[in-house]
Amino acid sequence: MGILTLNKVTKNFGGLTAVNKVSFTVEEGEILGLIGPNGSGKTTIFNLINHYYPVTSGEIIFKGINITHKQTHEIAMLGIGRTFQVVKPLKRLSVEDNIMAAAFARETTFAGARKVAREVLEFTHLDHVANMKAGALPIAGRKRLEIAKALATRPSLLLLDETAAGLNPSELDEAIDIIKAIRSELGITIIIVEHIMKVIMNISDRIHAIAFGTTITEGKPEEVAKNPTVIEAYLGTDYH
Amino acid sequence: MENKKFFSKGELIIIFTGLVLPLLFYFSPYAQGLLIFIMMWVVLGTSWNLLAGYTGQVSFGHAAYFGVGAYTAALPFLHYKISPWWGLIAGGIMAVVIGYLLGVVVFRLRGPYFALGTLASAEILRIAFGEEEWLTNGHNGILYITTWVTKIPYYYIIFAIAVASIVSVKLLMRRREGYYFLSIREDEDAAMALGINTKKYKNISMIVSSFWAGVAGAFYFIYMGFIDSETVFALHNISIITILVGIIGGVGTIWGPAVGAIIMVLLQELFRSAIFGLAPQWVSGMHAFVFGLLVIFVILYLPGGVVGDWELIKKKLHLKSNTEK
Ligand SMILES: Nc1ncnc2c1ncn2[C@@H]1O[C@H](COP(=O)(O)OP(=O)(O)OP(=O)(O)O)[C@@H](O)[C@H]1O
Ligand SMILES: [Mg+2]
Repeated sequence: MGILTLNKVTKNFGGLTAVNKVSFTVEEGEILGLIGPNGSGKTTIFNLINHYYPVTSGEIIFKGINITHKQTHEIAMLGIGRTFQVVKPLKRLSVEDNIMAAAFARETTFAGARKVAREVLEFTHLDHVANMKAGALPIAGRKRLEIAKALATRPSLLLLDETAAGLNPSELDEAIDIIKAIRSELGITIIIVEHIMKVIMNISDRIHAIAFGTTITEGKPEEVAKNPTVIEAYLGTDYH
Repeated sequence: MENKKFFSKGELIIIFTGLVLPLLFYFSPYAQGLLIFIMMWVVLGTSWNLLAGYTGQVSFGHAAYFGVGAYTAALPFLHYKISPWWGLIAGGIMAVVIGYLLGVVVFRLRGPYFALGTLASAEILRIAFGEEEWLTNGHNGILYITTWVTKIPYYYIIFAIAVASIVSVKLLMRRREGYYFLSIREDEDAAMALGINTKKYKNISMIVSSFWAGVAGAFYFIYMGFIDSETVFALHNISIITILVGIIGGVGTIWGPAVGAIIMVLLQELFRSAIFGLAPQWVSGMHAFVFGLLVIFVILYLPGGVVGDWELIKKKLHLKSNTEK
């Protein structure tokens, strides 16, 4: 019994089936990589887990609770944090205030929220830009702020959607270290979506691969990397 | 948002000035009248600013709560001779009830649709209160012989209400509620992912906002001694002016509405009196036009309003005085 289970989850947008009977389980403490070509439905799966969109069919179980029809904020309070591929900073607030707003999920006082925010700022190496307006951050900072906000809500499961996209090599290494520390130091389970193979192969314990909204395989990174269908799915899009 | 002393020195000076101001104009009931209106608009502007400026729910219908507050003071007096003074509390509460009910509908809308929804709510109330003569005396309005002839006590009452409204917003904005209001304003989807029950917090913002607008409405009846539905539910003279007070002073700033209220009341007075009788009468009719220009100017050049862009204004003035030397 894992921390999160998707059971034949399907999402139709009009005539388009973006996610088609996808099932997987994430074990507590694990890092699960979710891969697939552009438009294969990865972000949509996240949007279904935290109920930005209602599922068309199937069910989602988190810590034994059926969250399929729970509201987004309730799911966050149950302990699922997420980042957005298209980042959503609270632009006119400072970086620290962004994180404080998130910290109030578990803290009731100003002092308590600020203490959490300071810890998270340090953990995500954002302390030197704490007073900057979030809208003024460069892209690497914005991606990191996504992680910081999600962490400040004290999740037990974290959904990372391409938080390494658009980073230069040194920023990338820093990001990988932070993600690893989230699991090892904070004990948070992670589902990570990433196109950069270096990141996903390096970080994930297991990988779930999809194409056109359908599962193609699941297994250890080295197995998945050798899977002919996976190779074809990726080459197929690359050659277009 | 630092957790320093509640009021800074500058803020205490402003409040103190507010306390002594009517004494400076002790022999001018005319000036006192203007001061009273300024304070009333501080309350309305502060109310609007909480919902629109801090929570991002731009209301075009604050007259709804103002009018309901005014009628809550007036109707028990009209029918049962109950003192309108009770309205200062009851008007606020009744406005909250109406605000909450309207919220059920308008909070389903976002952005411009929300604005239109609030505008329509106030218009519906204006028409309804005008038509239901058995209840409201219709277009004849409701008349009340005011308690005092002198204006000073009214000033201190509305001044206290204005300070209380500012304190309430200040208190909220350094708590979880404030952070959640701002999160909703910045990005509602992001806010939900942070565990924020956006519906609930929009309602909290609406409750506090409509309360103060209702209190201002009740005060208006007590002070003026007359209301009808065209006056207190007015789109131009209440809802729109409320927005102007908020925008010109500075959206999402604590003292913006106070600055906006001073500017708007004085401007309105300039036009009403056709620049104190110095200009031809038709100038009075130009006020809507000039307010429109003013809004365009502020949005283009001072999007943060006078308070929000104060640093910018200081810089510009400074540059000018330097080049003139
Ligand atoms: N709100 C929506 N309405 C209609 N179609 C949508 C919506 N959201 C996603 N889709 C479609 O669903 C499919 C899956 O999109 P999704 O964003 O989940 O892909 P993805 O795997 O995250 O891609 P990428 O790697 O480019 O981020 C796409 O065809 C997309 O156009
Ligand atoms: Mg995506």
